[in-house]
Amino acid sequence: MSQTKILAIAYHAEILETIIRLINQNESWHGISAGSLEEAEEQLRLNSIDLVLLGVGVDEQAGAKINALCQFIDPRIVCLRHFGGGSGLLYSEIRHALAGG
Amino acid sequence: MHPAASRHYADHGWLQSAQTFSFHGNYDPLRIQFGALRVLNDDTVNGGKGFGRHPHDNMEIISIPLEGTLEHQDSIGNVAVIRRGEIQVMSAGTGVYHTEFNKDPDEPVTFLQIWLYPKKLNVAPRYDQMEYASGDRHNRFQQILSPDPDDEGVWINQDAWFHLAELDEGFETTYELKTAGDGVYVFVIEGNVTVDGQLLSSRDGYGIWPDSEVSVKALGKSSLLVIEVPDQW
Repeated sequence: MSQTKILAIAYHAEILETIIRLINQNESWHGISAGSLEEAEEQLRLNSIDLVLLGVGVDEQAGAKINALCQFIDPRIVCLRHFGGGSGLLYSEIRHALAGG
Repeated sequence: MHPAASRHYADHGWLQSAQTFSFHGNYDPLRIQFGALRVLNDDTVNGGKGFGRHPHDNMEIISIPLEGTLEHQDSIGNVAVIRRGEIQVMSAGTGVYHTEFNKDPDEPVTFLQIWLYPKKLNVAPRYDQMEYASGDRHNRFQQILSPDPDDEGVWINQDAWFHLAELDEGFETTYELKTAGDGVYVFVIEGNVTVDGQLLSSRDGYGIWPDSEVSVKALGKSSLLVIEVPDQW
């Protein structure tokens, strides 16, 4: 089964680890972490990412830069902001984005 | 209109949660948010049980106990107990860990857990709680939350206002918008009311985008929470 590759970017190490753990609880999703903008750019170029979550610490300017890079690499990459830093909204945010919401 | 029975019910044994909007493992594309209001959970936690240490960021989290006592501890040094007649806010901002436990070992605690999207991202985490006078909401809207630190009630990082009201049977009133263009979400804690002619019963919710005001009539002794939120921020 093909997994949806989800790149989560957050500048808070513990929260990033939590997000990746939660993503990987879903067997059809695969979480990849990036703790900095540079790391995120590298992961976007190395992996065939389907969806990007802009997490805590990623400001509007950095988010726009990542979004532009996603559009450049593959316009099908969905880039969205993750709110809440944990299990509350993560699942429905990803489901909603994958459904085109 | 969100009838009480249309909410998603999650039974975790120690926690019974009635969720108006998509939350945790529940996804309903038609129940994502109402403006900046993202979560409205009607939670009951068994005695001595609670939410273990877990993180949050970039969300305004508000708890309003309806029955029982809730004990809060967080990673920014706060240890506090809140009970009926009080409101708790946590601006998660750049990240905070917390626990919420039922303080009473035997009796359940029931509280509304409400999340609003923040106006600004990555603010410094902040916690606050406040007791509000019970007599100040009899047949009137008592403000318990606003965006202004100098206004009544607690404040949050979003242009939102919360009001409570306890209305006698037959009492009619209007809620006037604080900001033109905002939405109003009315949640009936107890009782039966009409809101702009729409009949609502206990635990029903109704979101509307009024021009300037919302008319409310109590059909019996009723208790309401009125949440005013922006559509864009």
